[in-house]
Amino acid sequence: MGNYFMELENGPKQGKKTAWCTSVGPAELLHALGYNVYFPENHGAMLGATRMATDVIPLANAKGFSPDICSYLTSDIGAYLKNDTPLKKVGMSGVPKADVLVFNTNQCRDVKDWFQFYAREWNVPCIGIHTARSLGDLDEPIIEDVARQTEALVPTLEKVAGQKLDMDKFKEIVGLSRRCTDLWKGVLEAATAVPAPITFFDGTIQMGPAVVLRGTQSAIQYYEALLAELKQRVAEKVPAVPGEQFRIYWDGMPVWGKLRDLSTQFMNLKTAVVASTYCNSWIFEDLDPADPWRSMARAYCRLFICRSEDAKEAYMEQMARKYKVNGIIYHDSKTCPNNSNNRYQMPERLDAKLGIPHLVIHGDLNDLRLYSEEQAKTNIQAFVEGFAQR
Amino acid sequence: MRHFCGIDIGASSAKLAIVDETGKVVGRGLRRSGVDYAAVSEQILNDALAAAKLRREDIARSIATGYGRDNVPWAHETMTEITCHAVGAWHHFQRKITVIDIGAQDSKVIHLDGHGKRVGFKMNRKCAAGTGAFLEEIALRLALKVEDLNGLAEQSKKEVPLGSFCTVFAATEILSKIRAGEKVQDIVKGAFHSVVKRLQEMDSAHGDLVMTGGVAAHNPCLVKMFSEAYGRPVHVPPDPQLTGAFGAALLAMESGLRKSR
Repeated sequence: MGNYFMELENGPKQGKKTAWCTSVGPAELLHALGYNVYFPENHGAMLGATRMATDVIPLANAKGFSPDICSYLTSDIGAYLKNDTPLKKVGMSGVPKADVLVFNTNQCRDVKDWFQFYAREWNVPCIGIHTARSLGDLDEPIIEDVARQTEALVPTLEKVAGQKLDMDKFKEIVGLSRRCTDLWKGVLEAATAVPAPITFFDGTIQMGPAVVLRGTQSAIQYYEALLAELKQRVAEKVPAVPGEQFRIYWDGMPVWGKLRDLSTQFMNLKTAVVASTYCNSWIFEDLDPADPWRSMARAYCRLFICRSEDAKEAYMEQMARKYKVNGIIYHDSKTCPNNSNNRYQMPERLDAKLGIPHLVIHGDLNDLRLYSEEQAKTNIQAFVEGFAQR
Repeated sequence: MRHFCGIDIGASSAKLAIVDETGKVVGRGLRRSGVDYAAVSEQILNDALAAAKLRREDIARSIATGYGRDNVPWAHETMTEITCHAVGAWHHFQRKITVIDIGAQDSKVIHLDGHGKRVGFKMNRKCAAGTGAFLEEIALRLALKVEDLNGLAEQSKKEVPLGSFCTVFAATEILSKIRAGEKVQDIVKGAFHSVVKRLQEMDSAHGDLVMTGGVAAHNPCLVKMFSEAYGRPVHVPPDPQLTGAFGAALLAMESGLRKSR
């Protein structure tokens, strides 16, 4: 990861172009065109985890970005306005400036608004894919549309990159991404073991390479090593949570600024958060190097966050069964309605189907002004006390 | 005979109950929580021990609950107020019930099945709407003491509805009602109704309603309004403000007796 950030830092001096990409955007295409690829959502998570976000969000609010919209966006733009970033602590001079910004609205509309701000600031192109939302079945016309939109990015990307797309290289990178995905899936599925050798909180950190290095050999090497270690832990029954008594599924965004506190609380409650919608969102099993355009379209449309309520419910039902959880926690993230799945009665429907209880935690991914720690702690403790009673 | 203690340190009041091996309350304590929870826990423990003519070593096991539960140095373990209120309420009403606890800082709706098993619970979201803090704010705006609210609400002949979710906006809305010449008692009734509405929005009820906590203890008019709104009888246990501490003491008793077997 350190090398990745230093390549971003040194790229302009070496004549390499920088493309900003949404975390489930067409990263493989950008790599194939020789770009250094930067993911601002990863930066948003860093601002949250370092708790800088709550200090800088108000700066973006004061410039007209509502406190009710995505706090990745407001913290990233707030940090830009303050000219500050956690990346300075790892030796970078600042956030890498984009030569082109490439989005996919499969996650939300906010990513486009976010990128357009920087396009105006730096006078660089902002292009992207507009994916339909609330997708049920991934019908061919939908896939065809997204594949064509992805191909349509090529002329602009070639012009900025100063090179033509090499289809063989593109296919090779799609193949590397697929391999990364398979390994990352293996890492997460290690937690189906009882006791689980890894938790959601570990996953939020370990997923870094799956997000920012997919399509590279380094991500594959990293996950091969991690998976081997986890297999050993499973064989030796080494738990992530000593004395694991209960298992939980976490839905929605992490509370980035409270990962340690929450992880410690669950540890003390002998409860392992074994699976999450969030970490599993970077599994793209549709990727196929033989058919890069359509397989990327299919993979990036299958993303949980852009699916219909029915598709989401079916997914969570099978995940809860697969990971043998005692209950589901839904994080209702104030500024991320797209990834808060408790708002249309899903918890009540899944309670009835699965026969397990749920808990809703009200908070936010980055804006800690929207998180009441005492209430969250009490709710979580009470939830686990209920398992002991069952 | 061994004794067991439960202490509930809430945002406003600290409550303590001592029970004997049969679950009978033999000592109780109540003080403002203040800012030094460890100190107040000592004080009310001493209050209750003195009243019960017990010594400290007579207490075999203690459980702390409430927001200050982690600040009681002498407690053997902690449990949440959700579990403790449920246990305390169930002791008095052993049937399918919905427990509504309105505390100073939070409100809870807890569902118990016919066997006393908790089948669900909800707490208020981040804001103070529907809590004792809301009524304190309203009293402040109307230049009243909190303890006067119930008497005023009982005098009301016409309720003045408050529409706002938010405690701050509700307080502003009250100023506009005062300017419009509405009577104080009708505004207070409206504020009570606002609490009922917030709780009804939070979760549905099943079985009989049981109300616990300080707000229910001091405001019988509000309890009556809950009964009317839900269309079912509302039961209030003896000493409702003590329900959480009593539940904690019963849990300490169960745990203590289990350990000694």
